[in-house]
Amino acid sequence: MPTQLPGAGPGLRAPRPGRPTPARPRADRPVTLTGLVVKIVLLGLTVGIAIWAAFPLIQTRAWTGLAILALTTAGLCYLYLTRRHVPAKYLVPGTLFLIAFQVLPVLYTVSTSLTNFGDGHRGSKQEAIVAIQTASVVQVPGSAEYALAVATTGDPATGPLVFLVTDPATGAVSAGDAEGLRPLQDGAATVNSAGRVTAASGYTVLNAGQVSARGPEVAEFAVPTAGGAIRATGLSRAYEGKAMRSYDPGCDCVRDATSGRTWTADPANGSFVAADGERLAQGWRVTVGFRNFARIITDDSISGPFVRTLGWNFLFAIGSTGGTFALGLLCALALHSPRVRATNVYRVLLILPYAMPSFAMLLVWRDMFNTDFGLVNQLLGLQVDWFGQSWSARAAVILVQLWLGYPYMFLVATGALQAIPRELTEATSVDGATPWQSFRKITLPLLLVALSPLLISSFAYNFNNFNAIYLTTEGGPFPSDNPSVGATDLLITYTYRLAFGAAGAQFGFAAAISIFIFALVAVISAVSFRRTRQQEEVYS
Amino acid sequence: MRIRTAGVVAVFALALTASGCGGDEPAVKDSPKAAGGKLVIWSDDKRAAALKPFAEKFGQENGVTVDVQAISKDQQTTFVTASQQGSGPDVMVGAHDWIGNLVQNGAIDPVQLSAAQKSAFAEVALKAVTFNGQVYGVPYATENVALIRNTALAPQAPATIEELVATGKKLKAEKKVSELLCLQVGQNGDAYHLYPLYTSAGGSLFGTTAGGDYDPKNLGVGTPASIAAFEKIKKLGEKGDGALKRSITPENSIATFTSKKCAFLVSGPWAITDAKKANITYDISPVPGFAGGKPAQPFVGVQAFYVAAKGKNKPLAQEFVANYLTTPDLAVALYRAEPRPPALTAAFDQVKGTDPDLVKFQEAGRDGHVLPAVPEMAAIWDPFGKAEAAIIGGADVTGTVTAAAKTISNQIK
Repeated sequence: MPTQLPGAGPGLRAPRPGRPTPARPRADRPVTLTGLVVKIVLLGLTVGIAIWAAFPLIQTRAWTGLAILALTTAGLCYLYLTRRHVPAKYLVPGTLFLIAFQVLPVLYTVSTSLTNFGDGHRGSKQEAIVAIQTASVVQVPGSAEYALAVATTGDPATGPLVFLVTDPATGAVSAGDAEGLRPLQDGAATVNSAGRVTAASGYTVLNAGQVSARGPEVAEFAVPTAGGAIRATGLSRAYEGKAMRSYDPGCDCVRDATSGRTWTADPANGSFVAADGERLAQGWRVTVGFRNFARIITDDSISGPFVRTLGWNFLFAIGSTGGTFALGLLCALALHSPRVRATNVYRVLLILPYAMPSFAMLLVWRDMFNTDFGLVNQLLGLQVDWFGQSWSARAAVILVQLWLGYPYMFLVATGALQAIPRELTEATSVDGATPWQSFRKITLPLLLVALSPLLISSFAYNFNNFNAIYLTTEGGPFPSDNPSVGATDLLITYTYRLAFGAAGAQFGFAAAISIFIFALVAVISAVSFRRTRQQEEVYS
Repeated sequence: MRIRTAGVVAVFALALTASGCGGDEPAVKDSPKAAGGKLVIWSDDKRAAALKPFAEKFGQENGVTVDVQAISKDQQTTFVTASQQGSGPDVMVGAHDWIGNLVQNGAIDPVQLSAAQKSAFAEVALKAVTFNGQVYGVPYATENVALIRNTALAPQAPATIEELVATGKKLKAEKKVSELLCLQVGQNGDAYHLYPLYTSAGGSLFGTTAGGDYDPKNLGVGTPASIAAFEKIKKLGEKGDGALKRSITPENSIATFTSKKCAFLVSGPWAITDAKKANITYDISPVPGFAGGKPAQPFVGVQAFYVAAKGKNKPLAQEFVANYLTTPDLAVALYRAEPRPPALTAAFDQVKGTDPDLVKFQEAGRDGHVLPAVPEMAAIWDPFGKAEAAIIGGADVTGTVTAAAKTISNQIK
């Protein structure tokens, strides 16, 4: 019961008695206290979240993102603080969520599908070059391992860095900076037992905390030497190293200093390739156009078993949905009969599987179908290798789906049955119809009008039911002549294996396949909904 | 009207401050500029607990904060993705066969160890973390499979696999066991556990280069030697002796052994905790090979610490990994968290007196092959395992192995 805000407005706007009141425009209705509080809290939260999200955006200098954030927040505040734009008040939240959780992911998937994003091609070209150079840094042969103390000539937090290095063999201390290495005079530095400088005149030696506070700077710091450069290994040691491979912007290639071999950048594939075709492992992300889609169609190992996999995929989705619906409806009909007593007890028992986490249940079922140790074979005294043969494995996964899924169908069917007036079935029995006829001609069609959308969504869900397969058979059994596609593989498990199973993660390729499956499911759903609408027209 | 507007503004401002302030607090805490810097370490749940006291000690000594975070699942993928986004750790703990993939994604840096530091490690451990001539991680434990047997049922260690099968069959006939051998296969095979038998029968995965590294271009699967090896394995399978079965899965293999349904188990140091819990009297010996065959060589895996390439505080991470971890104390503590043989020779010597199993596991892995770290290895596991499962189930060997080889080489190209 909403309370009216005392003293604010209602007197003015109260309908005058005795006059017929037409429907008042929304803007004239009084503001309730509850409404106001809800509005303030929600808007406050929105602005709070926006401020929280702004900090990382400012930190990474993502000005476009910040502008979008500011505009959206300002727009939302304006929309709900003004009394105008009533339809927009209803539409905007849903639209925003639709954009954030549906449109953006789809757009991101589409944009990813046009790239070679994946293992070995994750970052930018610059990152790949840095990785190649860092990976090629080797210790200069015969060079000394130095004990290191990081020092500065100025303030510990900001002053210019100096490496005070001690050669363990001679005990000589040198100071190194970007100019190079120069020896310190004897006695100018105090050295501890481990050989590290603890104090030196003219320098402030930094302690571990101070060094690590300037970590990135220290990591970048290199003292040039004749053979390479002295770099830090941690806080206490330094070594003389040299990057064996370096990038040459002139030829857009990576050159190896010892062998003289070059790897030229291949912008079409995002990797450095040598003349003989050898590819450096570290590549970068590039746009490859429709190559991923072309691969789906042209690659034999993908397009070859496609039709068979699609066929089983349909069978699985139809079998799971149809089976659970039939069993659920049967249970619902049985309990719907007025002659059954203690229906609530049965109902609780029947929906128990629904209350258990399907993730765990799938694993339990997998173990129950084990040939030698499984409960199924032990109880029935069988020796069936359930997951070892195509059709028994298929039957097993559908059976598991049946067990997991029928409580849901039972629930919705019970609800829909109770909405059908009993007079209708009574009328048919007066007309002399058998119970079967009355079910067939009256109850089922009316049920289907209510349940068809649920059946379609259940079908779409089972069509991509990754867990049901991956946690039980993993797609197996696999024919001995083709280990890439198994008898119970759905398109989604099959493509998951292609995209992530073998040659590392291939996000670009996986995205292309997702779009493909999305298109397939969308078409099926659209056709089914169209047919449902026709059915509704017939029965309503 | 005016009162209401004022009220709206007041309450609105209040709510805004409340939620706004509440929200940005963690942002301040996360700032890397906090006093002295911060070292973030990622590892799995078990090791995170063992690492914590040492990490804290390191933090106190150096005046920095050390945060050990447990990543319970998909550590490698999580690490690669997070470091790409710049939200990864400074130090990562993981298996050495990740190195190939981590390097191609630019996720880890080489670790510069001095000659003295290198010599403190077991040779095989150092070899495992060396990739393309660079040392990429600091190893702390090695692991390999061995034959664990229930000495109450089988007092003698079998010298050959044939002997093992004969003992198993005898025990089965006496109804003392229901399985000859617990070697996990599962519906989709398990290349890691089968590898000792495969090598003993003459098979290989890759050829080796002149430098002794694995050569991904020279595939060993599909060669006549590998087909001959699988012929021998088929004889142990479901249509043959029945020693290898697809119904023995990764989930039930150790449990079947501890419930005394089989006398022999092929597994690693991780199975010992369960065997002790079940009060099994056991002994450990190398996995036996085929009579007259080559020695059975298990894979040797190494757990290592890595310096993240995109970490926020590399000098500190390097100090921790290269200079602090090379001391035996931490290796001993990690051994106590999970009993795998320490990679530091000094630490191994320290614990081997109290734990004879360690020496036996190390003995079993002495001839072992380092688990290949090349990214191409990812393409092997799945097809190889499935071929294994099919052959153990009785499929035609030549066709199956050839198909697996074709799938592998298609993916490697």
